[in-house]
Amino acid sequence: MDLSVGIKISDWLKSSVTVRDALNQAMDEELERDERVFLMGEEVAQYDGAYKVSRGLWKKYGDKRIIDTPISEMGFAGIAVGSAMAGLRPICEFMTFNFSMQAIDQVINSAAKTYYMSAGLQSVPIVFRGPNGASAGVAAQHSQCFAAWYAHCPGLKVVSPWNSEDARGLLKAAIRDDNPVVFLENELMYGVPFEMSEESNSKDFVIPIGKAKIERQGTHVTLVSHSRYVGHCLDAAAVLAKEGIECEVINLRTIRPMDVDTIEGSVMKTNHLVTVEGGWPQFGVGAEICAKIMEGPAFNYLDAPVTRVTGVDIPMPYAKILEDNSVPQIKDIIFSVKKTLNV
Amino acid sequence: MRSALSFLSNALSRISGSAGAQTVSELLIDLSEYASLMTPSELTEAPPTCAASLVSPAVASQPLAEFNAQVTFDLKPCELYLLETGPAHTTQLTRKEGLQLYQTMQTLRRLELKADQLYKQKVVRGFCHLYDGQEACAAGIEAAISRSDHVITAYRAHGFTYTRGVSLKQIFTELTGRRGGVAKGKGGSMHMYAPHFYGGNGIVGAQVPLGAGIALACQYQGNQQVCVTLYGDGAANQGQVFEAFNMASLWKLPVIFVCENNRYGMGTPVERSAASTSYYTRGHFIPGIRVDGMDVLCVREATRFAADHCRAEKGPILMELQTYRYHGHSMSDPGISYRSREEILEVRSKSDPISLLRERMLSNNMASAEEFKEVDTMIRREVEEAAQFSCSDPEPPLSELCDHIYSNEPPMEVRGTHPWSKLRSIS
Repeated sequence: MDLSVGIKISDWLKSSVTVRDALNQAMDEELERDERVFLMGEEVAQYDGAYKVSRGLWKKYGDKRIIDTPISEMGFAGIAVGSAMAGLRPICEFMTFNFSMQAIDQVINSAAKTYYMSAGLQSVPIVFRGPNGASAGVAAQHSQCFAAWYAHCPGLKVVSPWNSEDARGLLKAAIRDDNPVVFLENELMYGVPFEMSEESNSKDFVIPIGKAKIERQGTHVTLVSHSRYVGHCLDAAAVLAKEGIECEVINLRTIRPMDVDTIEGSVMKTNHLVTVEGGWPQFGVGAEICAKIMEGPAFNYLDAPVTRVTGVDIPMPYAKILEDNSVPQIKDIIFSVKKTLNV
Repeated sequence: MRSALSFLSNALSRISGSAGAQTVSELLIDLSEYASLMTPSELTEAPPTCAASLVSPAVASQPLAEFNAQVTFDLKPCELYLLETGPAHTTQLTRKEGLQLYQTMQTLRRLELKADQLYKQKVVRGFCHLYDGQEACAAGIEAAISRSDHVITAYRAHGFTYTRGVSLKQIFTELTGRRGGVAKGKGGSMHMYAPHFYGGNGIVGAQVPLGAGIALACQYQGNQQVCVTLYGDGAANQGQVFEAFNMASLWKLPVIFVCENNRYGMGTPVERSAASTSYYTRGHFIPGIRVDGMDVLCVREATRFAADHCRAEKGPILMELQTYRYHGHSMSDPGISYRSREEILEVRSKSDPISLLRERMLSNNMASAEEFKEVDTMIRREVEEAAQFSCSDPEPPLSELCDHIYSNEPPMEVRGTHPWSKLRSIS
């Protein structure tokens, strides 16, 4: 219905929510919905979360459901996994995924593989979440992207939201999923507001894990990305559109299981593919997409080899000029699209 | 030499006798047992004189009035750490309980010896870590908790797998990797599961935080259950164990940490791996008990004490069970390069948990030697049947290769070894 001034009521109903608040609301709703759900991690309770993602939850739910842990990643990740084996539905927060390396044995050997090893006798409904990948000025030990490492392993689901709607729907889906889910957030996105659709208001709004979303329709080239770089792709697409190049931008949303069908369908339409990620190139998400495309029907539709746009193959430096040039910039995406299209 | 001859004659008369399930396979087991030094008492056993009947040990054929229905035993006091009082110094054992404990331990013993045999026949592959010698730990702990409590252990797991309710058939068939195995052949020796039994864990020490987590779930759900979390003297030096100690203590989780100290972490004796071998004190701020792990009644009484402690919401407690394994670390370790045959023989002759219990019951007139033999015979038959089944059960179908990746999911495609191999996975 249109008002005479040309503003749709539906526009009024849309609200703008930051990624942080979307994650917070999703956890709040799931904690309320199912008393087996609880959150544990460093500073999640009384500090309101290192990045304030869990703000207000401890005040509302108390010590039993929001648990501050000591700095013992391997120990508390194991405790979280054990509690999932015994009937609870934990959300285990890593302050950043860099610290998950201390606990990676519990994620892989205790969580991911158990349902298979037990032939279905023992499931592990757990979510491991936290910020992943580059931040700003935190240098090498605090900037690694773990998408490729975790997505390598059968038994895990690996999810990487971009915007607030992704964050809300995918986190709810992850918490309701009976499997171990690695939920890769992005610290630089926490404060970014996005408009939310009306349907996302529902407390049962979930985004299916394993399904990518076409954020922008296009005809000349397919851009595939996840997390923060989806935004970079859309920005690049806007610039390229002015030159008459129409990019189709796919937001993976889930790294494992990856929605190859959506990528293939798009490539069979556009005949060109560029992948964009923040992580390192070798053995990365883009490398996997290249391999999958070659093995499927879309290969014969390619008019050029697939191009990967990735982080630079170095540990992350500190100085701003160095850091800025260690991750994909919009101009890198534009350049790569043009090279791929040979224009 | 005399004992060797009497052993051979016993074995031969058992083969030709009418009693029980004595097969060539049983003879081979007995021979292999002898080769790794049997206890003298077993060597001088007289062959059964009567035809065996399959009698449940709880309902033996002799009139009950002949025996003592219940006897009180003195127990070796436990060393205590951060505790004013410890487990009781005496325990009451009924005839029925005694026979049940005996049956459990003897079943575990025969299970492991049969697994040894199957491994040497190459129908069991990979890792096989045997528990013989440590039977009193599993049997004693299980006798003091209930099935609604929880147990998690490391890879030397066959004992608890059985006491937690998995049948011999399902255990052997998992070892031989067939479709009837408890994990359908997907897990093997180290990955067997049952309700409230979380394996079977291959990564040393990882099970300790898991066990604390299971205890957290018990506390969270308010169900008064406890989690018995076992680890060895080798795992006792893992960092994550101390992380689990800290959190369990902070949050007063109802977890009984049990260190099964069998003196050797693979090939390394405890003195060479631990700055402190007083494992029952290594919980620092967690109260501890050091228990004779070869005496099933000691283990039972100590576990009762520990479970009471946890259920009273006093937080975690640590039990060190001093025990011994007759086999090497695994089937690829003969177990005699880092310890002497004399040491093994000495433990077998002086501290064998099964012999200790049997002699206690015999000398207190709680049961007859014949009854024990009937139990032995019945167990041998059960083990033999289960093992035979495990060798004849078919292997898992290849169509199930990719099943059980995810729980509660619609069927999905899994990539095989090459792009044209598209396999199916169901939950």
